[in-house]
Amino acid sequence: MSDTSEPGDGSGDAGNPSTVDTAEVEHVAELARVNLDDDEIDQFVDQFAEILEYFEALDEVPETEREESLVNVMRPDEVEEGLTQAEALANAEKTEDGFFTGPKVS
Amino acid sequence: MSADLNAFITEERIESDADATGPLADATVAVKDNISTAGVTTTCGSEMLADYVPPYSATVVERLTDAGATIVGKANMDEFGMGTTTETSAFGPTRNPADPERVPGGSSGGSAAAVAAGEADIALGSDTGGSVRCPAAFCGVVGIKPTYGLVSRYGLIAYANSLEQIGPIAGTVEEAAAALSVIAGPDPNDGTTRDPTEIDGVDAGTDYAAAADGDVDGLTVGIPTELFDGADERVVETVEAAIADLQTQGAETTEISLPSVEHAVQAYYVIAMAEASSNLARFDGVRYGYRAESDGNWNEAFAETREAFGSEVKRRILLGTYALSAGYHDKYYEKAQDARAWVRQDFEDAFEAVDVIASPTMPVLPFELGESLDDPLRMYLADANTTPVNLANLPAISVPAGEADGLPVGLQLVGPKFDEETVIRAASAVEDR
Repeated sequence: MSDTSEPGDGSGDAGNPSTVDTAEVEHVAELARVNLDDDEIDQFVDQFAEILEYFEALDEVPETEREESLVNVMRPDEVEEGLTQAEALANAEKTEDGFFTGPKVS
Repeated sequence: MSADLNAFITEERIESDADATGPLADATVAVKDNISTAGVTTTCGSEMLADYVPPYSATVVERLTDAGATIVGKANMDEFGMGTTTETSAFGPTRNPADPERVPGGSSGGSAAAVAAGEADIALGSDTGGSVRCPAAFCGVVGIKPTYGLVSRYGLIAYANSLEQIGPIAGTVEEAAAALSVIAGPDPNDGTTRDPTEIDGVDAGTDYAAAADGDVDGLTVGIPTELFDGADERVVETVEAAIADLQTQGAETTEISLPSVEHAVQAYYVIAMAEASSNLARFDGVRYGYRAESDGNWNEAFAETREAFGSEVKRRILLGTYALSAGYHDKYYEKAQDARAWVRQDFEDAFEAVDVIASPTMPVLPFELGESLDDPLRMYLADANTTPVNLANLPAISVPAGEADGLPVGLQLVGPKFDEETVIRAASAVEDR
């Protein structure tokens, strides 16, 4: 990770040894939509530095030809029985008139 | 007994259909709690799904009950399968029946502990980077990670789709093999499943229990130095003694080299975390699962709901998000895919000369409870011998090799794609000695 003060500026300063700061952890947490408390942020700053430094060894991997002998498995769409509306809604915390209820959009 | 070990999250029976006379009639099965069971709570070891009741069952569950098996409960696991010890479960750790002060391995620790303690005849686990083989090794039972595509993942709550397979755990190779025959085979609900008898260049049978005949006369066993270097000496000695026994039964051994596996753990964690960050985006509190009381907008409410994930899950979601983000994608994700192709190529080359590849399943003896919990990298490194197999999509088995300091040691046997029969045959010879 870069140790610039601009988290996630996309520059990817990949040459530097792995250092991670609080702002970067907060930025990635925001991208992933996961709130962290202060203790978790402190813990992740240290752990991410150690783990990312370990991942640096991937730089030694030679470019490898990827022979994917994969084929798409296709079939025509078919109408079949699915969940009932009640079954589909049964695990939702909030519903209204047969719909899921989301948080407010803005 | 089960209360002491904490092997189960939910103890609820699912009886077989009426008077079934199938191959698993009378067998009891523990099912890992990331495998959907209609009407029976399926938590994935997470607060996020503490009250989730699936409206349908996984294909493997249907196949078990159709074969006469009775499901006795949902087995404890690391949250979303993310862990090597079953300590990241939101429902408390499982203890190892071989030594209750130690972990049972993970992530399918409840499944292996239930079998080892005699609380179920068979168990299902899922193996993304070793999660069936590790707990089998630590608890002294047998665990099979099938070839990618042999067993349907329909109804398995996804962690890293390109790597994971559901596999059986049992007290003997033959019992595990019989369970594999029941759950294997193509499923229209999982487009990645294959019929192994219809693949060009593969001469596969599917009566896996019949392959447990102990006949290794003339079998060539490859010994990769990379998977022994750095392993605990007590583990290496135990595994080498078991391999020497295979030689006396007529197997030939030959040293081989798999240089790519030195990068397997890095590649595995980058790919698995990247896939996890995408897969776990579905937990938004709207359609199912925990939902935080929030007055915020969509993004704020989503982020508050997702506070309910445990630390290891958050760690992997964030590192996966990071590895896929602009500027880092090529450095981490693309290189990890190169490493994956290299590992696959290395194994393919090795199988030109040998029939199976043998190594310790785990390079260490079972951890003490709490020992690795605050040191995630140390926990990841314990997956050195199991992750290459998932990267290469191959079949593997962990079979008890003996004990060291009174603790179980597992021997891992890896075979070519869809050649489950050969690894089962070799494993049955290890168990026969």
